[in-house]
Amino acid sequence: MKRNDGRAPEELRKMEAKTGIIKRADGSAMFRIGETIAYAAVYGPRELHPKFMQNPEKGLLRCNYNMMAFSGSGDRVRPSANRRSREISMVIEKALEPVLDLTAYPNAVIDIFIELVQTDAGTRCAGICAAAMALADAGIPMKDLVSALSVGYLRNEIVVDINGEEDMNEGATDIAFACLPITGEISLLQVDGEIKKDVLLKALEKAKEAAKKIAEVQRKALKERYHDKHDA
Amino acid sequence: MTSMMHDHITALLQKEMREDGRKPLEYRKPIKVEYDISPKSAEGSARVTMGDTIVVAGVKLEVGTPFPDSQDEGNLMVNVELTPLSNPDYELGPPSVVAIEYARVVDRALREGHALDTKKLCIKEGEKVWTVIVDLYPINDAGNLFDAFSLAALAALKNANFPTFDKKTEKIDYKKKTKTPLPLDKSPLEVTVIKINGTLMVDPTIEEWKSVDARLTVGVLENGVICAMQKGGPKALTMEDISKMVDIAVEHTAKLRKLL
Repeated sequence: MKRNDGRAPEELRKMEAKTGIIKRADGSAMFRIGETIAYAAVYGPRELHPKFMQNPEKGLLRCNYNMMAFSGSGDRVRPSANRRSREISMVIEKALEPVLDLTAYPNAVIDIFIELVQTDAGTRCAGICAAAMALADAGIPMKDLVSALSVGYLRNEIVVDINGEEDMNEGATDIAFACLPITGEISLLQVDGEIKKDVLLKALEKAKEAAKKIAEVQRKALKERYHDKHDA
Repeated sequence: MTSMMHDHITALLQKEMREDGRKPLEYRKPIKVEYDISPKSAEGSARVTMGDTIVVAGVKLEVGTPFPDSQDEGNLMVNVELTPLSNPDYELGPPSVVAIEYARVVDRALREGHALDTKKLCIKEGEKVWTVIVDLYPINDAGNLFDAFSLAALAALKNANFPTFDKKTEKIDYKKKTKTPLPLDKSPLEVTVIKINGTLMVDPTIEEWKSVDARLTVGVLENGVICAMQKGGPKALTMEDISKMVDIAVEHTAKLRKLL
């Protein structure tokens, strides 16, 4: 099967990753896959306000996902949080939490802000990739990275990293997926569309393989950061 | 802490020095404009870097009905969101008065300087006109957002092309961009001059911004004519201050305009 952008079924779009792009943040990163561009900044661990939310047993991981008003595929996206962005923010928190030890930050919060500059599907996954890098860049101890991508089931075939055209117009079943690349544990799973169990399991295996390639890109960007620092 | 920083900044200024080694009337480096940072999504886009400050601007076009008092003119809207990603002091929520001031000051120069020929944004008089929306976001706020936003907004407008509008179905096809640029007539640009302890300076850092006695943002056209102003800060300005500040703004807007 030929995909609309000429990719092979298991081929990811071109990726680009950078860390330390936002100097005011404690950690930051940019992750681009195809035409989807995500920026992430980490602030903290810092004191959590309002105070009644503080937990002496455990810190809070708080994430905010936002599409810039001009970053949609058609009409302008109205600013401020909506139901979609709030749910996505929540699932991103859950996708990242397994690699952190939040008990080390009593009464504190780690804030992650994700901004999308341009979108072509896979925005929550690109956001997770950027956020995981930003957490590492902030020097927060992590068990593993988190690498995320979407897999699709399109015209009876599993395709990796679906683009906007495949998602919106070709009617692919869309699976948002994140895993810890070393252990293979899955920390984000959302399915939109019909799929049989055996196909789903195959799709997840393919997603896991593809996530390893993403992890390489993330790791390389993190290493480059320290390389740069050393040179400077 | 802030007062210690204030003392430090004023002490340095007495020696005509600044915390990062610049002269009072010197912009940070690098200073650059990049275009097409969101070409798939936005009709026009740009990123401006001023030292460590980075902002992005995107232009979206919509079709709507004209305002009752301008039946044959399109509309301009400027929106600023102070992203908590860019500065630890910013919080989520509805736009603060700070964000509103940024948006209105940038808007004022573009509108009153007649950057866009709004009559050319009319599709059918009294019924259909284009609305041009400029959305501005800081990525890293290291000070002087006024000037960075003004430059980014103008750059994104310059970069924008109309999408296709089907007059029969009355729908916009955002995927099909035309080669027609926006009717950008003039290039009003703003420079903010600040006063700290008697010294006038441009392109303040965050710490300098916190120590400002007074500030004046001046919108200037290519021909040196003023098209917008906004005074801010806790202290007053003299006539002499204002005269000097306008001269500084005219000089620096001309320099910044060359980056476009």
